[in-house]
Amino acid sequence: MLSFVIRRLGTMALTMLCLTMVVFFLINLEPNLKKLAISQTEMHTSAEQLESWLVNHGYRQNFFVRYGQWLGVLPKQPVTDPATGKPAQRFSFCNDPLVPTFAGVFQGDFGCSTKFKATVASKLFPALGATGILMFWVLAVMVPISLLIGILAGMREGSRTDRVLSVASIASTATPEYVSGVIFTVIFASWLGWLNGSAASASQGITFYNFTLPVMTLAIYGIGYIARMTRASMVEVMTQQYIRTARLKGLSFGSVVVKHALRNALIAPFTVIMLQFPWLLTGVVIVEVMFRYQGFGYTLVEAAGNNDIDLLLGCSLVSVFIVLITQLISDVGYAFLNPRIRVQ
Amino acid sequence: MPVQYISGFTVVFEVLSRFWPVWIALVIVMGASFAYKKKLALYGQLFDSGVGIVGVGICLFWLFTAIFAATISPFDPLAQIPIMKDVLPGAVEPQSGLTYLFGGDKLARDVFSRMVYGSQIVLIIAPAATGFALMVGITLGLPAGYYGGKIDTVLSFLANLVLAFPVILLFYLLVTPGIMDTPIPYGMAGVFFLFPIIFFSVLFWTRYKNRPDRLYILLGITLILGGWIYLGLVFDKDPLHIVHIDPNQLNIFVAVVFASSPGVFRIVRGLVMDIKTRDYVAAAQTRGESPWYIMLWEILPNARGPLIVDACLRIGYTTILLGTLGYFGLGLAPESPDWGTAIKDASRLLRSFIHPALPPTIALMSFVLGLNLLADSLREQSMKD
Repeated sequence: MLSFVIRRLGTMALTMLCLTMVVFFLINLEPNLKKLAISQTEMHTSAEQLESWLVNHGYRQNFFVRYGQWLGVLPKQPVTDPATGKPAQRFSFCNDPLVPTFAGVFQGDFGCSTKFKATVASKLFPALGATGILMFWVLAVMVPISLLIGILAGMREGSRTDRVLSVASIASTATPEYVSGVIFTVIFASWLGWLNGSAASASQGITFYNFTLPVMTLAIYGIGYIARMTRASMVEVMTQQYIRTARLKGLSFGSVVVKHALRNALIAPFTVIMLQFPWLLTGVVIVEVMFRYQGFGYTLVEAAGNNDIDLLLGCSLVSVFIVLITQLISDVGYAFLNPRIRVQ
Repeated sequence: MPVQYISGFTVVFEVLSRFWPVWIALVIVMGASFAYKKKLALYGQLFDSGVGIVGVGICLFWLFTAIFAATISPFDPLAQIPIMKDVLPGAVEPQSGLTYLFGGDKLARDVFSRMVYGSQIVLIIAPAATGFALMVGITLGLPAGYYGGKIDTVLSFLANLVLAFPVILLFYLLVTPGIMDTPIPYGMAGVFFLFPIIFFSVLFWTRYKNRPDRLYILLGITLILGGWIYLGLVFDKDPLHIVHIDPNQLNIFVAVVFASSPGVFRIVRGLVMDIKTRDYVAAAQTRGESPWYIMLWEILPNARGPLIVDACLRIGYTTILLGTLGYFGLGLAPESPDWGTAIKDASRLLRSFIHPALPPTIALMSFVLGLNLLADSLREQSMKD
């Protein structure tokens, strides 16, 4: 088990290295650097001035050198001020050191956001915290509801409840966040006026009024999928011999479901819920933009829209990490929950 | 001059009557399918369940809407008629006497016509991108599952690499205006569009290599047709100027294929690993058939059930992806009538007007729902056998 986890962690590190390299390459394509230079300099700058801005801020160094600096395996060189010839800070608002230092991801330094004029860490971690709160409420709503729907539907396969709930789950998987968000806003904010169509005020304090719509929107897309997986798992368990034995012993249907079927039926949904995180990540971006909630997704869109290289790299690192760690947890957890599975 | 309105009931009636070519086509196709359902194998079995009929009906409805878009929509989806800015549903355009059935948007365009034309974009890109993703996934998944070993390790690692990318990040990196200046989208298109040609060439080669009369005809057709489309799509150098794709549409197309082919790869790989232990594969191996013959003519036909179901779900998922791209304003032109862009434009103004937001959302939802219902009932029917 331990060697399995260690091997998986090794693959994970390799994957992250490859992915960050790809992201680094794509962000640093020539047109993107041009756009960054244009947005960071005054209006109407000539091509030479743009070029000199890029050189002065170290964007013209070798690709692998810069990737190494970002990782923290190569020292970050301070730039030389063309006027005085002395070393100068790349970005004064980040307090870059004036001597060559190792300041990369390995040292916990995520770099400098050109859009927000602050360090990446000071933008990224509060945003992650805000998204964490959102995710907590989404999971708190999504998991119990979807498990309940799945169990009720799978309990008696082919019954009327089963068919109604199954069609409802299919409908919910056909409703992406930007569709359900619009429909819910129209119904609950514009028409009934019960809820707030914007979650911008949720950064100060979460209330039922401003936070229900984002949570609902995000939860609805996942509910159908998890419910269908739970139903399939429940249907399979209900046909097992030990369920029939328990029924023939004279136990009531309810107690058979709760005591015998439930525990075995919940193993598969656990994996599905863990693998749902990467999907939630895309949903988070849509919902945070739609409801103007200043979290991780909002930061990602701002970073991508403004070609904020270091911030976008930080965002990708976080999201790739989340995807990989949930995969690992789901594999390990599956083996843990189901003793019949032994990982080699 | 104030804009005249027609009543709500008339709007409903007008909408239904504007779809007349769709209703006629639907009645013909559904009627024919129902009458001959015994002879139509898996497709015919769909008509045994209510869910299947609804699924087929919704999908065909949008298919015919896309085909007859020019007849159905009363206005040009890009035309702006200033007096009709933000009008409510049922407003009569004074010049032509035609009605803005679902009202006008903030740029004074007809919401109904835009919704109808939006279906064209979705129904061209989503199935085509899914088809290419299937080709890529099958061509790489077959050897990975059949041979196992190193080739499997490498391909699976690459597939997991792409799958670990959050879709939205992938799109922000791959579908930007800047990337059109680099050779990346064309390079990726060059690789992806090669797969169908390779697939069909190998398919015919393995089957007919001892029957040159058939082989040369089929290979010739594949190479000429494939090469022609390849030239048109990747290099935009079709000598006849028939096959053409906008650079930004190519970019979207490539990004969507890139995002969904690892999923197909994983499914195909799993199916092959299961099927290769069957007796008929062992029999073919004993006969001395070549590995690619076994993969393409023994294993693949027996994996078709789950693949068809997956393809249906995947078209729906691709539709959602296209909507996401439109919602973030990536790739598609800002005035494009596709549903995602329309939802983005309308959702900014929900406080003042809700009518431009509802038609595209309901259209997108119903189409994906139709595909999901279709997939569900296909799965049920194929499990019965």
